[in-house]
Amino acid sequence: MDALDLARWQFAITTVYHFLFVPLTISLAFIVAGFQTVWYRSGDEKYLRLTRFYGQLFLINFAMGVVTGIVQEFQFGMNWSDYSRFVGDIFGAPLAIEGLLAFFLESTFLGVWIFGWDKLSKKVHLATIWITAIATAISAYIILAANAWMQHPVGSTINQVAGRAELKDFFAVVLNPTVLLTYPHVIAGVFMTGGAFVLGIAVWRLLRRPAEDQAPFRTAARVGASVLLVGSLFVLISGDVVGKSIATDQPMKLAAAEGLHQTAQPASFSVFTVWDADGKEAFSVKIPNLLSFLATGDLNGKVAGIDDLQAQYAAIYGAGDYAPSVPVTFWSFRLMIGAGILAALAALWFLWRLRKNGLPGRGGVAIAVLLPFLPLAANSFAWIFTEMGRQPWIVFGQQLTSNGVSPGVSSWEVAITLVGFTLLYGGLAVVEMGLLRKQIRAGLPAVAASDEADDRPMTIGY
Amino acid sequence: MLHDIWFLLIAVLWIGYFVLEGFDFGLGILLPFLGRTDRERRVLINAIGPVWDGNEVWVLVAGGATFAAFPNWYATLFSGFYLALFLILAGLIIRGVAFEYHSKRDSATWRKGWDWAIFFGSAVPALLWGVAFANIVAGVPIDKNMEFTGNLLTLLNPFALLGGVVTLTLFMTHGAAYIALKTEGDLRERANKALVVIGLVAALAAVVFLAWTQIQSLVVVSAVVSVLAALALVGALLANLLKREGWAFVGTALTIALAVVALFLHLYPNVMPSSTNSAFNLTITNASSTDLTLLIMTIVAVVFTPLVLLYQGWTYWIFRKRISADRIPEAS
Ligand code: HDD
Ligand code: HEM
Ligand code: HEM
Repeated sequence: MDALDLARWQFAITTVYHFLFVPLTISLAFIVAGFQTVWYRSGDEKYLRLTRFYGQLFLINFAMGVVTGIVQEFQFGMNWSDYSRFVGDIFGAPLAIEGLLAFFLESTFLGVWIFGWDKLSKKVHLATIWITAIATAISAYIILAANAWMQHPVGSTINQVAGRAELKDFFAVVLNPTVLLTYPHVIAGVFMTGGAFVLGIAVWRLLRRPAEDQAPFRTAARVGASVLLVGSLFVLISGDVVGKSIATDQPMKLAAAEGLHQTAQPASFSVFTVWDADGKEAFSVKIPNLLSFLATGDLNGKVAGIDDLQAQYAAIYGAGDYAPSVPVTFWSFRLMIGAGILAALAALWFLWRLRKNGLPGRGGVAIAVLLPFLPLAANSFAWIFTEMGRQPWIVFGQQLTSNGVSPGVSSWEVAITLVGFTLLYGGLAVVEMGLLRKQIRAGLPAVAASDEADDRPMTIGY
Repeated sequence: MLHDIWFLLIAVLWIGYFVLEGFDFGLGILLPFLGRTDRERRVLINAIGPVWDGNEVWVLVAGGATFAAFPNWYATLFSGFYLALFLILAGLIIRGVAFEYHSKRDSATWRKGWDWAIFFGSAVPALLWGVAFANIVAGVPIDKNMEFTGNLLTLLNPFALLGGVVTLTLFMTHGAAYIALKTEGDLRERANKALVVIGLVAALAAVVFLAWTQIQSLVVVSAVVSVLAALALVGALLANLLKREGWAFVGTALTIALAVVALFLHLYPNVMPSSTNSAFNLTITNASSTDLTLLIMTIVAVVFTPLVLLYQGWTYWIFRKRISADRIPEAS
C-alpha cells in the first residue's frame, strides 16, 4: 500500500472510531440532563439515581470521545496537508469556531457538572449539564457544516493562481443546504443511539437483576424506547429528504448506491444484489419504482446511471474514473437502513412486552445486549457510505482525494501512526467496555441524604 | 494588519494553552513522586479534575485557528513534525483517559497503571512541545513548495532538545506551584521543596535557551521580554520561599507567558522560517488565508474569547478552595 491508501485507512479508522463515542455523548448528555431535570422538579430520588447511573456511563464514554477528537483536529494537517492548503480558507474557520464556541463550553461545564454536585445550587448545577448538552449539539452542527462543504461546496470559488478554494460567502457555507438537511438526519440517528443504549441496559437490568430497582429501570426502559422510536421516525423522514438532495447534488453517489449502470425511468430499488466476478449482476431482489420515488418523489422519476454520469464528468473534469466503489456504497447504504430498522423493531417489541408490568422472555437478554450496537453500526455504515460515495473526490468536483494527501509524509511514517493509533484505540476499547460492564453490573448508586458540610467527601470525583 | 492580528491571536492561544495545561502537565509529571499514597495521588488528580479538559481545549483552538488563519503553516507544521506530533497525540490520549478512569476500579495495579499513564502522557507532550517550538523558531528545512524536507532526527538537534528541557522543567515548576497552592499538609510542603529544586534547573535551562535564541539572531524586543521572563521566574522562586503561594503561581504563569511572547516576537513576521533558503520562509502573508476569512475569524474571536475567559475564570473561582485528603470519595 502506498501513503495514500494508508492515509485513507487511517482517516477511516480514526474517524469512524471517533463517531462511535460522538452519538452516545450527544444523546446521553440530553437524556441525563432530562433525568436530572425531572429530579430537580419533582424531588423524586429515583431520577437522581438514574442521573448518576447513566451519568457515570456517559462520562466513561465522554472521555473516549474527547481523546479521539483530539486526533481529528490535527490529522488534516498530518496526513492531508495538500487538502489543508487547498481548503484552509474555508474549512479551517468552522474547525476553529467549533473549538471556540462548542468545545470550550462542553469541557468547561462538564468539569463543573462532575465536581460541582456539592459546590453549586441545584439550579446552577442543573444548568451546567444542559449547557454541556447544547454545546455538543452545536459542535455537531459546525463540524457537519464543514463536512457538508466537502460534499457540496458552496459560498466559495477556486483561485487558480493561488491553487486553492477561497471563501466568498461565509453564511452560504454555514447555511449550506446540505448541512441543513443532514444535521437533522445525523441528530436523529444520534438519539436513536442513546435511546438504544439506555433501553438495552435497562432491559438487561430488569431481566438479569430482577430483585433490584425494578421501578427506576422500567422508567429508563420506557424513556430509552421512546427516544429510540422518535429518533427512528425522524431518521426515516430526514433520510428520505437527504436522499433526494443527493440525487441532485451527488447523483453519482446515488447511482453507485444502487449499482445502477444505465439511466432508468422508472428505477427500482434492490434490497439485495449479488454480482459476479466481472461486476455483472448475478442475482437481485428488486422493488419496482422505489428508487425513482426515493430520488425524485415521483414513482416514475428518472434516475441517472453510472455510465452516463461517468461520461458527463469526464467531459467536465477530464479523463478519469469518477465512480465510487459500487459494492461498498451499495452495502453500506443498506446496512445503515437495515440496522436502524432492526433497532426500531426491537424497541417496539420491548415496549410491547413491558406494558402492564410485564417482562420480555429470556431471549430479551441477548437482544438487549445487541441493541445499542445496532444504531452504532448504522452510524458507521452511514459515514462509510457518505464518504466512500463521494470518492474519488475529497472535495466534490474540486479536489481529488489523491491530490489531498501529504506529499512529504512517507508511507512508513503513515504506517507507524496507523498501527500506533489502531493498537492504542483497540486497547482503550477493551478498557472502556470493561468499565461500562462493571458500572452496569453495579447498578444504581445509593444516594446519601445531602448534608451541607463543606468538608465531607465529594459526591463524584476522580 | 489582519495578518498581524492573527499572528497575535495565535500567540495568545498558545499562551493560554501553555499557562493552563502547563500546570496540568507539571502536576502529572510530579504525580508519582510527590504523591506517596494512592489517596495523595488522588488528591493531586482531583486538584485539576474540574479544569484539565477545559485547559486542553486551548490547543484544539490553537490548532483550528492556525488551520483557519494560516493554512500553510498548519499544513507544513503538522505534516512536517509528523512523528513528533503523533507522540504528543498518543500522550494526550492516554492522559485524558487516565484522569477519567483512574478511580473507577478498586485495584492497586489498575491505579498504579493509570498513575504512570498520567506521568508519561504529561511528560512526553511537555517535552515535545518545547522541541517543536524551538524548531519553529530556529527554522527547519523547508523547500520551495513549503514542504518540510527533514525527518524526525532533524528535529532532535541540541538546540531543540534544550527547548524541550525548558518546557519540561518550566511546566514542572508551574505544576509544583499549583500543587502548593491547591493542597494542604505534606503534599503542600513537598511541592514547596520541589519547586525550589526544579525551579533552579528550569531557570538555568531557560536562560541558556533564550540566550542561545538571541545569539543565533538578535531581536531586541524579544531579548528584553526574555529577561522579563527570567525575572518572573526568580520572583516566583522568592515568593515560594516566603510562602506566598499565590504569587509564586502567578510568577510561574508569567514566566511561561513571557517566554511564549519572546519566541513569537523572535519569529515575527515569519511563522516557520526555512533553514534551506530564507526565500522559502513561511510568513504571515504567504501562509495566510484571504482577508475575508481573517475578518470573519477576527469577529468571532473578539466576541467569544472574552466570554471563554469569563466562564473559565468562574470555574477556577468555584473550585478555589484547597483540596484535602478527607474530601476524596471512597474507592469504587
Ligand atoms: C456529529 C457530530 C460530530 C462529528 C461529525 C465529529 N465530531 Fe468531534 N466531537 C463531537 C461531535 C462530532 C462531540 C459530540 O462534540 C464530541 C464527542 C465527545 C466529546 O467530548 O465531544 C467531539 C469531540 C471532539 C474533540 C474533543 C473536544 C474536547 O476536548 O472537548 C475534537 C478535537 C473533535 N471532536 C474534532 C472533530 C473533527 C476534526 C471532526 C471531523 C473529522 C469531528 N470531530 C467529527
Ligand atoms: C468534518 C468532518 C469530516 C471531514 C472533514 C472528513 C474528511 C474526510 C477526509 C479528508 C477523508 C480522507 C479521504 C478518503 O480517505 O477518502 C475522509 C474519508 C472518510 N471519512 Fe470523512 N470526514 C469528516 C467526517 C467524517 C465522519 C464523522 C465520519 C464517520 C464516522 C467519516 C467517515 C469517513 C470514512 C469512512 C472515510 C474513508 C473513505 C475512504 O477511505 O476512502 N468522515 N473524510
Ligand atoms: C430509513 C432509513 C434511512 C435513510 C433513507 C437514510 C438516508 C441517508 C442518505 C441518503 C445519506 C447520505 C447523505 C449524503 O451522502 O450526504 C445518509 C447519511 C447518513 N445517515 Fe442515514 N438513512 C437512514 C437511516 C439511518 C440510520 C438508522 C442512521 C443512524 C442511526 C443514519 C445515520 C446517518 C449518518 C450519520 C449519515 C452521514 C451524515 C451525512 O451525510 O452528513 N441513517 N442517510
